[in-house]
Amino acid sequence: MTGSIMDTFFEECEELLEAMDAGLAAIEEGDQDPETVNAVFRAVHSIKGGAGAFGLDDLVAFAHNFETVFDDVRSNKLQLDEKLIQLLFRASDHLSDLVVCARDGGQIDEAHHTVLIAALAEYIDEEEEELVFEPMGMGAAFEPAPLAEVQQETSYDIRFHPLKEMFATGNEPYFLFQALADLGTLSVKLDDSELPGFDAMEDGESYLSWELTLVTGESRSSIEAVFEFVEGLCELSISSEGDDAAEADALAALNAAFGIPLAEDDAAVALPLEQPAPEPVEASAPAEVEAEEVPDSAEDAVVEKAAVAKKDAAKSSGPKPTLRVELDRVDRLINAVGELIINHSMLAQQIANLDASDTRDVETELEGFKNLARDIQEGVMAIRAQPVKPLFQRMARIVREASAATGKTAKLITIGEATEVDKTVIERLADPLTHILRNAVDHGIEAPENRAAAGKDKAGEIRLTAAHRSGSVCIEVKDDGAGLNRKKIRQIAIDKGLIPADAELSDSEIDNLLFMPGFSTAKEISNLSGRGVGLDVVKNAVTALGGRVSISSVPGEGSMFSIILPLTLAVMDGMVVSVAGHTMVVPITAIVETMRGNEDMINNLGSDGTLLSIRGSFVPICDVAGSLGLRTSTTNEPAGVYLLVETENGDRCALAVDDIHDQRQVVIKSLDGVCGNVPGVSAATILGDGKIAMILDPESIVTASSSAAVFDTDRRMNNAIAS
Amino acid sequence: MKTRVLAIDDSRTIRNLLAACLEEAGFEYHSAVDGREGVDAYPDVAPDVVITDINMPNLDGFGVIEELRGEGINSKVPILVLTTESSADLKARARAAGATGWITKPFDDESLIFALKRVTGAVA
Repeated sequence: MTGSIMDTFFEECEELLEAMDAGLAAIEEGDQDPETVNAVFRAVHSIKGGAGAFGLDDLVAFAHNFETVFDDVRSNKLQLDEKLIQLLFRASDHLSDLVVCARDGGQIDEAHHTVLIAALAEYIDEEEEELVFEPMGMGAAFEPAPLAEVQQETSYDIRFHPLKEMFATGNEPYFLFQALADLGTLSVKLDDSELPGFDAMEDGESYLSWELTLVTGESRSSIEAVFEFVEGLCELSISSEGDDAAEADALAALNAAFGIPLAEDDAAVALPLEQPAPEPVEASAPAEVEAEEVPDSAEDAVVEKAAVAKKDAAKSSGPKPTLRVELDRVDRLINAVGELIINHSMLAQQIANLDASDTRDVETELEGFKNLARDIQEGVMAIRAQPVKPLFQRMARIVREASAATGKTAKLITIGEATEVDKTVIERLADPLTHILRNAVDHGIEAPENRAAAGKDKAGEIRLTAAHRSGSVCIEVKDDGAGLNRKKIRQIAIDKGLIPADAELSDSEIDNLLFMPGFSTAKEISNLSGRGVGLDVVKNAVTALGGRVSISSVPGEGSMFSIILPLTLAVMDGMVVSVAGHTMVVPITAIVETMRGNEDMINNLGSDGTLLSIRGSFVPICDVAGSLGLRTSTTNEPAGVYLLVETENGDRCALAVDDIHDQRQVVIKSLDGVCGNVPGVSAATILGDGKIAMILDPESIVTASSSAAVFDTDRRMNNAIAS
Repeated sequence: MKTRVLAIDDSRTIRNLLAACLEEAGFEYHSAVDGREGVDAYPDVAPDVVITDINMPNLDGFGVIEELRGEGINSKVPILVLTTESSADLKARARAAGATGWITKPFDDESLIFALKRVTGAVA
């Protein structure tokens, strides 16, 4: 159980860290609202509180320092200047590291940790620094005796007289006695000698005292702990047989000071306390009487206060109400919606096969069914959709760190933070985006002096944009740096044997060489972005999400990475085709156009390929059946249909298939657990007739069938035709 | 009758910990995510004891105590304050507002139950 609570703690930490980052960013932008500062303070405070509960000491200690500084900011003891804000940002980053360390294990950067704590300590008054953070329990008063110890029973005499103030705090003598009774054998004697005659009794006064004798093996501090809450609200003396003279003296002095008479009343009440102890008249009376006696003006004041409070509440009515649901439940729903869509297809097919004269009415209803299913599907998808804001906020940190590591100044501007994307997409996008942003700071933005020389602002600017674009999500990272050094990229590619030395490449083709496996500029440039991993990792991650990534660049003005992602991972629009007797689905997003094949369109290119001529230009033909090994390639015969697809780096290819059957929404069923990674196939789906159809991955089919030829096909074929 | 606890804390983690501990110990657990919600929920929940955090949005713990003890609600039930630091100043403020006692965060189950016991007598 503690484990799952800990899980929610880390979940909450993520939210709190996001809130903290958002707050700090707002403060940096000049937000003066005290509530913003308060929100950040509370976030740090809550992380500390939770961390303490799980004994995450590093986290607690750091959060405590952080919080102390922020508390001073909150109470205006500290002025926020640029330096402090930067420190707070770094502290927030580090706090988030500590959370990750606590969750996933791993080493914190000790040096960094120490430096930050020292930096924070500079802002903390010595007095506050010494404030003791009690790691566990009720405070000093409560120290349960070790169990192993053989406990000697001692008899304690306890004298207890509540002051009238005690009753206003909701403390009841009876409950205190009950707690004492748990410690050992207790006898209780009521001392009502102070009780005046009925006429002389005053409301709200406290007249009763108790003399208690407790025989217990517990320590004195355990007894004191019982009275912890009423300390200062009662006259209390605890003495035992074993007390030394000094203690006895102290007791006498105490008694003298409070003028406590030693009552000799024998009205002992034996425990266990089956009935509540005689309810002291003071216990309930005072407050009620006071309530009646409140003068009108005070009542008005209260009403006024209540009104103000209400107004406050209305003002801070906060965000829209939300409901937390386990992701599992949503996914079950998504699965069910998927089945519903499949079911619709089946029903439609059955109706079409029916031997009925008029099915128009049924078809109309079926159309309604389809629309409803689509509505439900969109609704469910919307549940999984989340704004990219938290992701973008994390990226701000990446840019800060990368800037610090490279000695450059770069600012991240985020646009379209409210754009909603599927939760899984957001999660899997973090790594590629991090990579791209590090890359942008490291390789994109120039050093400050070079920027100044080029007449640019010393601080580089990186724009991170998210937007919905015709059924997909488009994420762009644009820097205002020097742009790509194409000559260098080309040379690297040649050196690494990725392209032939004489390859003629367009600018865009050169730019996209960066995504090739094996192309990593790590060895010659800094250790920041080039950690031995090239941008091909980015490409793989994006491709795995069914997306595409590309790069464009203008020398002297900067580069831009574009990531296009499908809105959802569960359902897609596909074109149902047949290939060598198999029914398959091609994602609509990949298809640029379709055309019927005829012999005039086919051009042979040497021995290894054929080209399709489309309105005067040529694209290579890729026979799907051949590349999947379903039959021997017969590319010089015109195929039934050609699907013109565009690969992520803008190259085109014509996929030859036998026929097109339909265009429809299909539910994506992963193959991972069934048959692993199949080249050319990305997933499977279930069609209306209940058959399973493979969903093709045009990208990998094209790559597999023409490998290295992809880059310069256009030029090669034009040369070939010309010669 | 189970002893009914209303816990007011903006931290989900703390609420979860309280819920786990209290429910296991046999208390009836109710919660609110900030001071305002806590005060609003009070009449419906009609708790036997209130546990409140201090640092919260909308209405802080001191505000909660003041409103609960105030004219409108006039609550007499014990109110325990959850505090991170056991500063004397903070305790004094809470007590002046009418708090019954305090629980120092991080709390362990034993001390939480002990505190509840001292103010409600409940072993739940």
